[in-house]
Amino acid sequence: MNRYFGAVVLAVALLFGAAGCEKKSDVIKIGVAGPITGAYAKFGEQLVKGATLAADIINAAGGINGRKIEVVQGDDQCDPKQARAVANSFVNDKVYAVVGHFCSSSTIPASEVYDEANILQITPASTNPQVTDRGLAAVFRTCGRDDQQGNVAGDFIAKQLKAKRVAIIHDKDTYGQGLADATKARLRTHGIKEVLYEGITRGDKDFNSLVTKMKGLKVDVIYFGGIHTEAGLIVRQAREQGLKATFISGDGIVTSEFASIAGPAADGVLMTFGADPRNLPAAADVVKQFRDSGYEPEAYTLYSYTTMQIIAEALAKNDVTNDGAKLAKYIKATSFSTVMGSKAFDSKGDLKVTDYVVYKWYPSGGGKYDYKEL
Amino acid sequence: MYILGQQLINGLILGSIYGLIAIGYTMVYGIIGMINFAHGEIYMISAYLFAIFLALAGVFGIDSLPVALLFTLAFTIIITGLYGFTVERMAYRPLRGSTRLAPLISAIGMSLVLQNFVQLAQGANDQALPPLYHGVLRLGGEEDFVQITHIQIIIVAATVISMAILTYVINNTALGRACRATQQDRTMANLLGINTDWTISLVFVIGASMASVAGVLITFNFGSFNFFIGFVAGIKAFTAAVLGGIGSLPGAMLGGILLGLSESLFAGFVNTDYKDVFAFALLVTVLTFRPTGLLGRPEVEKI
Repeated sequence: MNRYFGAVVLAVALLFGAAGCEKKSDVIKIGVAGPITGAYAKFGEQLVKGATLAADIINAAGGINGRKIEVVQGDDQCDPKQARAVANSFVNDKVYAVVGHFCSSSTIPASEVYDEANILQITPASTNPQVTDRGLAAVFRTCGRDDQQGNVAGDFIAKQLKAKRVAIIHDKDTYGQGLADATKARLRTHGIKEVLYEGITRGDKDFNSLVTKMKGLKVDVIYFGGIHTEAGLIVRQAREQGLKATFISGDGIVTSEFASIAGPAADGVLMTFGADPRNLPAAADVVKQFRDSGYEPEAYTLYSYTTMQIIAEALAKNDVTNDGAKLAKYIKATSFSTVMGSKAFDSKGDLKVTDYVVYKWYPSGGGKYDYKEL
Repeated sequence: MYILGQQLINGLILGSIYGLIAIGYTMVYGIIGMINFAHGEIYMISAYLFAIFLALAGVFGIDSLPVALLFTLAFTIIITGLYGFTVERMAYRPLRGSTRLAPLISAIGMSLVLQNFVQLAQGANDQALPPLYHGVLRLGGEEDFVQITHIQIIIVAATVISMAILTYVINNTALGRACRATQQDRTMANLLGINTDWTISLVFVIGASMASVAGVLITFNFGSFNFFIGFVAGIKAFTAAVLGGIGSLPGAMLGGILLGLSESLFAGFVNTDYKDVFAFALLVTVLTFRPTGLLGRPEVEKI
């Protein structure tokens, strides 16, 4: 009897469990996926904080057609395999839409899973062109594209910095290399051919031989496609070796963690990112709420907030359907008013208007560093 | 010319870093013939302990950097020593005398446990230390110079000194004799009155203290760490130990420096993308011609 007791309990539980699932639930589950743990957890935190506050505010105002949003978190650690696992678990969880992922190398494989299940996916942060260029019906992004970002960086290097000898480094990741390639292509149109184009390995700590090599090549600008953990170490080791070249990178280093890794070397580092949404009048209330709760909504936090707003509005106007294609059709035809101002999408799922600008890190006193628009 | 000099120095430093971690690996392997995969994790934990104790030193009002560093190093060694002892007691001793593979699996398990423990306890973010010290030795002109920072000099010195001390201890002291006896025939050593359990525990404590010396100095040098650094460092150090001949202390240092130099020179003069490919190709080549590594002795089948 004892031997079978456990099995019987399990069977009964499964039965009731299954019955429980059948009941139409009142909450609307929306997945938020990103690197919640791992080296890029700071960015995952931005996505979760932004989406969660948006959901809380929408819920406090009555939810979507009277139903509350429940945020379901998925941790992909910026690992493509993990991203597919998260996507599958979201599909099993019957989420209505997904905010995420963060790394392009995670967003792309995950989007295939969502596409099969016909679930709407909007990424607040993946900038690689391939995210929307593959013709999937229900993939959007509320950030810009790396070809646009690379153009701004390339123009800036050529016209403002008047660089002669440019080194381009990337981290061999979908995002990093894509961004580096976009900038490289733009520089070529200005007639600048890079003196060095090489890939480093994520997780490495020692870039001294690369720095020495750049010193030997007498580069005056270093362009880096990648994320702050490696960027911080490269710029720190470059300054240690007395290499004074201007360091410029993209949206992957927009976090205070970059400055804590780079230390004083962060001073004067440039990066491209969308015009700071924290300064927009539409965002003032939300920014205040974030700051009151003790969280600074930097980088992608408000992008994630905006993404949740767009999803909520699309669901509200379409009888809370989980039909990704139907939601996508609506989103492409609508202009949304969000905390980041008015947002409209083209037929691929990219924003119609993007606003990349160049930022500069500067010492803000007390050994801390902050960034401002140039 | 100064570029070549600088790349050689870069390689020497990187190699010493690998060697410093590899010494702990090879030490444990030399005595009990087991690969302690948790070694990289002990190294990672010591990086965290270093940051914690350095902050504490500040709280206690220790202003002088060398004093603070010694204070930190001492406490880090004590705590990581305890980790080494506990890991051996919990994960390896119960499996002694079972199949050869059992402790290996247990070591991988221990490494995962420690990694996840630190991730949960300390958070998954990258942690960073501000640059505390800028001392540097430069040779050459205003623009073209070869440089080595004082911390890097300490790293190279620490590798050479700890290799020398441990070699001396193993070859010339009573403790070393006990270790060698334990390695050659555990039952016989027991019969002759050597406490082999105690000896093996001590070897693990020494291995862990080596990891903590490495953790403190390397963290001081690079200034950033996270819960995952033990894995990457462990792989490279293990490669260095195998290249030099696992079980041989001078071999660990030689293997480390060879690996560091080859990575550095390849990245510096050929291509950064393929530096790891080149380093591992070198390992394969060496092992093809010398299966026991550069300084390793062929294993004699015991009858």
